[in-house]
Amino acid sequence: MQIKTALFGIAYILLAPILGGLLAGIDRIITARMQSRKGPPVFQPFYDVFKLFEKRNIVVNHTQNFYVACFFIFMIVTGVIFFAGGDLLLTIFALTVAGVFLALGAYAANSPYSHIGADRELLQMMAYEPMLLIVAMSIYMITKSFHIHDILAYHTPLIKYLPLVFVGYLFILTIKLRKSPFDLSTSHHGHQELVKGITTEFAGPALGLIEIAHWYENVLLLGIVYLFFAALNPAIAVVLTLAAYGLEILIDNSYSRLTWRFTVKSSWIVAGIFGVGNIIGLAVYSYFLLK
Amino acid sequence: MSYMKKSPWILHYDGSSCNGCDIEVLACLTPLYDIERFGIINTGNPKHADVLLITGSINEQNISVVKNLYEQMPDPKVVAAIGICATSGGIFRECYNVKGGVDKAIPVDIYIPGCAARPESIIDGVVQALAVLEKKAAAMDAVPAAEKVGA
Amino acid sequence: MNSILFLIGFPLIPALLLLLIPNQFMRNWITRLSAVIIGGASIYCAWQFMGHGNQSFAWQPQFIDQIFFGAEMVLALYLLIRCIRIKPHEWYIPILILAQAGIMVYCEFVCDVPEAAHTLYIDNFSIIMGLIIGIIGSMICVYALSYMRDYHKHNRELKDGQRGFFFILFFFLSAMFGIVFANNLVWMYLFWEITTLASFELIGYPKTEEATRNAFRALGFNSIGGLGFALGILYLVRFAPASIHTIELSELLKPEVAALALIPAILISFAGLAKSAQMPFSNWLLGAMVAPTPVSALLHSSTMVKAGVFILVKFATVLHGTLAGGTLALIGGVTFLMTSIMAVTQSNAKRVLAYSTIANLGLVAACAGVGTPETIWAAILLIIFHAVAKGLLFLGVGSIEHKTGSRDIEDMGGLIANRPGLAIIMLIGILGMFLAPFGMLLSKWVTFKAFIDASPILALLLAYGSAPTLFFWAKWMGKLVSIPAGEKKATDKVPADEWWTLSLLAVMTVAACGLFPLISTCVIAPYIEDATGRVISLGYGTIIMMTLMLAIIILLPLAFLSAPRTSMRSKAYLAGANLNDVSFTGSAGLVQPIQMRNYYLATFFNEKKIFTASILITIVLFLFMFGAMIVCR
Repeated sequence: MQIKTALFGIAYILLAPILGGLLAGIDRIITARMQSRKGPPVFQPFYDVFKLFEKRNIVVNHTQNFYVACFFIFMIVTGVIFFAGGDLLLTIFALTVAGVFLALGAYAANSPYSHIGADRELLQMMAYEPMLLIVAMSIYMITKSFHIHDILAYHTPLIKYLPLVFVGYLFILTIKLRKSPFDLSTSHHGHQELVKGITTEFAGPALGLIEIAHWYENVLLLGIVYLFFAALNPAIAVVLTLAAYGLEILIDNSYSRLTWRFTVKSSWIVAGIFGVGNIIGLAVYSYFLLK
Repeated sequence: MSYMKKSPWILHYDGSSCNGCDIEVLACLTPLYDIERFGIINTGNPKHADVLLITGSINEQNISVVKNLYEQMPDPKVVAAIGICATSGGIFRECYNVKGGVDKAIPVDIYIPGCAARPESIIDGVVQALAVLEKKAAAMDAVPAAEKVGA
Repeated sequence: MNSILFLIGFPLIPALLLLLIPNQFMRNWITRLSAVIIGGASIYCAWQFMGHGNQSFAWQPQFIDQIFFGAEMVLALYLLIRCIRIKPHEWYIPILILAQAGIMVYCEFVCDVPEAAHTLYIDNFSIIMGLIIGIIGSMICVYALSYMRDYHKHNRELKDGQRGFFFILFFFLSAMFGIVFANNLVWMYLFWEITTLASFELIGYPKTEEATRNAFRALGFNSIGGLGFALGILYLVRFAPASIHTIELSELLKPEVAALALIPAILISFAGLAKSAQMPFSNWLLGAMVAPTPVSALLHSSTMVKAGVFILVKFATVLHGTLAGGTLALIGGVTFLMTSIMAVTQSNAKRVLAYSTIANLGLVAACAGVGTPETIWAAILLIIFHAVAKGLLFLGVGSIEHKTGSRDIEDMGGLIANRPGLAIIMLIGILGMFLAPFGMLLSKWVTFKAFIDASPILALLLAYGSAPTLFFWAKWMGKLVSIPAGEKKATDKVPADEWWTLSLLAVMTVAACGLFPLISTCVIAPYIEDATGRVISLGYGTIIMMTLMLAIIILLPLAFLSAPRTSMRSKAYLAGANLNDVSFTGSAGLVQPIQMRNYYLATFFNEKKIFTASILITIVLFLFMFGAMIVCR
């Protein structure tokens, strides 16, 4: 058991960047095709990161890369907690830690663009936090456990009981994956928001680390999607997870950016209606079931 | 092996251009020419960019801006002057406010003449700029790796 | 038992000495010495009684009840005399004081007040509270030495009443010890009222119009609570059925009388809610921020308001499973959500801290109202971590205010370059308030789990409420770590008293986080086992993960500081318009300085509207709670 969890953790550390990078590459190709373009080769994200590590490290302030390093390390820690079968709630809180470090790095740079980017990043975090906690809460209410291996072992696919919660999660996934209409604090390459928002003042290797950390994060977020389908045939579950990611790419290309006010308001309302609604529905359902 | 050539990110700046060359640069990003095939992305941020594409001539107002942007780009970097105005001042060379081409402010690696420069020329010029970029990256590699990756 | 009596009685000695002796040098050393003695005594007391379960003592010297009753009347008389200075809208205050005094007179002379077999007691929870009061409380008194000196230097127009100030501080410590060790509720009521008096005097210390009004408001709101306490005692001695005809707390907490004890429990908990500034009483705490910072730290975050939630947690087993208890929990939860949101809109550092304090106390109140073993455990964890971290933050803000002249967060930019020590201390405090693996986050995690099992509504309130807390804390941290170019280290030092206190508190914050498994297993779990009969255990995997994260957070900065600096410095991106590190060329060629302000969301979260809404909601909840108290058992 201990060996297994250790192996999963190590597998995550080694494989997640590769998976995340490939996902990013496929993302760009699909996006390009949607725009009647050809798009870059699928390994382009890896070329980007390798190139970034070849650049000279340029900073506005000598402390900012420290925060990026913390962000990177804590993102890996978060993913390891999740994939080694740890506590879902702890994963969410560790994710918060990582996000705060990135924001601190942008604040440390003392530049207007990165400052507003950091403020917006915190606003985004404030927006999706309730829904994320409701996801954890509703999963707990069904499986009676926060531990990932208990959740994975549950006999019925969670999507059956938590369809609305899943929709709510997809809503905030758009925020977390930094896709339009919610790419407020920074956007994918090729787009600009506040120039580059929170990542404006990071260059070279620091930017490369941020890129890789985002890959780790994306794998983690898709892992949470997988939880909803865990009891199904693994192949089907993976396909459904990737389909959810495809849906996000579609949303990204269909909508233009909205305001932070809309982001916060809509996320909280969605969490309220879909999240709480699902939970109430469950309570009612189990009440009638027990009758 | 250097990946500079595989993932050159550009910063596009309009010095005092009439926007003709700028439109041609942006046309390169459209589906018709699609330079993202080569991994080229238009970032608006000098700190993320490898190639600086400048259009238009240098005058009193923008000379410090261009210098600032060039300074904020991390090494290795190349500059491509697009259009005849950026190359030498073009038809506005004798104007009282025009100092001349981009090389009056910063070192230029590639000159792409034209008025406006066509997307094919721009792509050709950028590809040649990438060759220069690779040479610069190699020269930088001679410096120990520890110095490049900071704390 | 002697150590308990020592803790309650000893602080009166330095109190009197500091009132009478004018020599500043002697006063400083009396304060420092007393702080060490009180801190040491509380540690000794803890060591003596830890792990021996709940112990009661029958300390009843001759005439002590009469002496305390006399003190009660003197106190009421004194407050009535002070009420000469009230404004018309404060008419209710003397009425409340008279009502309270009247009830106590009625109880003493007309009713049959039962003998209290055990007047004092100690258990692990009281030990924890005693340690908080003894260690953190006395450290704050030491901090106040140099703080008050600078305070009067900066505010020459204010009358120097430091002798009275320190007298009340130590007198207050004595009363606080009384509250946590008293088993006799009539005695606890006296100590409770003394803390109200202390709060009134200390808030009004500046003697400005604003301070006086806020002091009276604090007196008024706390007296509303005090009335509840008095009514609770009245019920016990006059109307209670035989099995709870007692004034002993331990008798009320016995499991077999839980249903009957609900009425006195709710009445006394009402006092607790008022003292911990839950909605709709929150304004007194916000207003109390005009007081000097040591007052804010001691009374209004680390100790006095903790007395309010202390009594709530004590009654948690009685509140468990009742509709009234559930409503009380809801009041706490709603307070948590609303004050967290309102804290986002504040740029005055002390107001942010005040709102955050009320929010955390609301969370503790919610835990107490639910009353399951897990929530009691979470509540005690919250109390511990909040006392340490919030005390640290208040004292830090006080020092910053004296050195930079401002308590506005917007003026704290670049503090990490200007005053790295203070900035790091503030960062430790803020991290301790909301980030894993630090204490408050731990407590919130435990609380969330406990709520999901007990009451999904509270879990939802916690989910929504913790989002804004993340926002305003991280925003503040961002201000502290930003380094404007050219910012130099300041040359004048923070005074030694303040520096020692701050450093010690910072170390305690980190230590509490690191040692939390130990604290939980050795101190809190036995108390819960005694009180509820259930055994609590922590998941080991999670403990390991938290410890690992803590280690990373501590080691990373050290690694960074020792690594060589090899990156190239550049200017911030300003579309190329940079002139130098601190300014840029704006439109029309004007030179503009580079300035940044945080988001305060003042229109998105309208403080007035949210405040009004929460007052209405909580008043309705209070009425419902009292109704449920009477109707359902």
